[in-house]
Amino acid sequence: MPIDAKDVTWVEEPKIGFWEATFLPAIVEGLRTTVGHVTNYQPVTEQYPEEKPELPLHYRGVHRLNRDEQGRVKCVACMMCATACPANCIEITAEKAPPEWPDRDKFPMEFILDELRCIYCGMCEEACPCDAIELTHLYDMTGSSRAEMTFNKEKMLAIFDATKDSGKDPIRTRRGKLSGTSEIVELATLGPATSVVAEDRSAKQATAGVIKGTAVMETAWENVADKIENKKA
Amino acid sequence: MQDLIATIVTISVLLGGVLGAVSYLIYVERKISAFMQDRIGPNRVGPIGLFQPIADGLKFILKEDVIPANVDKTLYLLAPCLSALTTMLALAVVPFGPVESMPEILRPWLRFIISPNIDIGILFVFAVGSLAVYGIILGGWASNNKYSMLGSLRASAQVVSYEIPLGMSVVGIALLAGTLNLEKIMAIQTDGGFWGWNVWTQPLACLIFFTAALAESNRLPFDLVECEQELVGGFHTEYSAMKFALFFLGEYTHVITISFLTVILFFGGWQFPWIADPAGSLSVAWLLKLGVLLTKVLLVILFIMLIRWTIPRFRFDQLMGLAWKVLIPLATANVVAVMFVLQFGWNRYWLFAISAALFSIAGLISVSATHAELTHGRRRIRPRAASETSGHGHAHAH
Repeated sequence: MPIDAKDVTWVEEPKIGFWEATFLPAIVEGLRTTVGHVTNYQPVTEQYPEEKPELPLHYRGVHRLNRDEQGRVKCVACMMCATACPANCIEITAEKAPPEWPDRDKFPMEFILDELRCIYCGMCEEACPCDAIELTHLYDMTGSSRAEMTFNKEKMLAIFDATKDSGKDPIRTRRGKLSGTSEIVELATLGPATSVVAEDRSAKQATAGVIKGTAVMETAWENVADKIENKKA
Repeated sequence: MQDLIATIVTISVLLGGVLGAVSYLIYVERKISAFMQDRIGPNRVGPIGLFQPIADGLKFILKEDVIPANVDKTLYLLAPCLSALTTMLALAVVPFGPVESMPEILRPWLRFIISPNIDIGILFVFAVGSLAVYGIILGGWASNNKYSMLGSLRASAQVVSYEIPLGMSVVGIALLAGTLNLEKIMAIQTDGGFWGWNVWTQPLACLIFFTAALAESNRLPFDLVECEQELVGGFHTEYSAMKFALFFLGEYTHVITISFLTVILFFGGWQFPWIADPAGSLSVAWLLKLGVLLTKVLLVILFIMLIRWTIPRFRFDQLMGLAWKVLIPLATANVVAVMFVLQFGWNRYWLFAISAALFSIAGLISVSATHAELTHGRRRIRPRAASETSGHGHAHAH
């Protein structure tokens, strides 16, 4: 489609003047900048390791397993973090919870996280429904062998004990409120994330994300639709 | 015999001073470039990093000396030696202090110039300095590396092109002083006082000399041949350890030499009003004069470093265009102006005005050339619709 001539804006280069063509004003201006930096000296260098960097609160370092107020590990071995992990570095061995923990069904007997395979993406922390696994601000933990950098449950609980009062590791999610490790049992209904036209089939669902498209889904929908209608009414 | 001992002592003093200065100049350059870039620079080795050059020297000596497989061994080993040798040889005729006011006690043992009374002083410096291009050419050729070869070809083209304005800018000075002897040129300036500095009568020659000298030593903004962003290392890619250090040494010695030459030829040598006058009668006058000269040289070196870290580098065609289209015509015009002034007996300070006029003419020519280039390209792109719309506007106005 040809563009109308009146819609075109012509931009001219600014004309170079006499002094600018000699390039001396540019050189003088450049020298003023650099000499200004020398005389008004404000280095931005951090003298590591004497000055450690200021890390933001959402920094993703090595992992820890949180304890609850009774000192038990919060993790219920639901395997969500191991499933979410893109690097497949988490191995959990679940075990039936001891009888003196009535509110727990399972707990992790072994929780092995290979910190060398980990890519520190934080997906495990986002997936955990119990606020159990978190990434701390520790970036400089080293080991002298590969086995040493495969953290087990005791090591990660030890990191929790060392960092729980550091002030740099706030709880970043509140999903612990969803799991069996907390008291809240019901969540407010979530609406769709974007504004949806009323005729759109996604606007007619009770839960966001379930789109009825197949015959099986149609039947299932009819089975629950009146229940939901009754509840709304 | 006494002369021989004095020469040997002077050579050792100068060489020791220059080599020590070179290593500490590298440190100063790193610090100044760091300050300009809001960093700190070397500060771990010794207090504020003062032992860094010693650590660097030790590294260069102890590093493994790699000689690649298919190089031409003789030329490969000769190239850095040539580069360092020629630049140091040029210092033989450069006075580094007040030559005529040596105190009696030091006179048998030390002179302020290695070879005094050389009447072809400047010519010797340029002749020997021109041999430095052999180091670059041999370095690139002997490396058995296509890209080093291309880098060294570009480097040699650059160096050879800039030797012409370098020499021609000094012809004016030589005509005004009537001699090529560096000691006599300095003496004429120091006798003339502050207004006798050659920079007042030859400012354009000073600018041309400084620019051409920067290009000769492959310093930014002319360092296309050895920059890291374009070529890996240019002609010194294949060199490691001590050979690389010799190339570096040659480059910094060249910087020191051209700073000395700039101060001696244009800025009055050791003269400075009220501090170091030729009529001074203090017993330590020679020390003051030495101090003034070395301070001026240091300031020029600092300026060269500032320029390096301020200005972006020239493209190769811009570089050659600058030499052949700008500096050589200006240098020629400067020589012609000096010849006019000397022939017709005008006051020498007219040369200041003439130099400014030449500079303005060059600027005007460059502006009109750039303007012509811009509008010539634009005329073909602009459509005729613009005239139609302006025609409609005129019709409506009527």
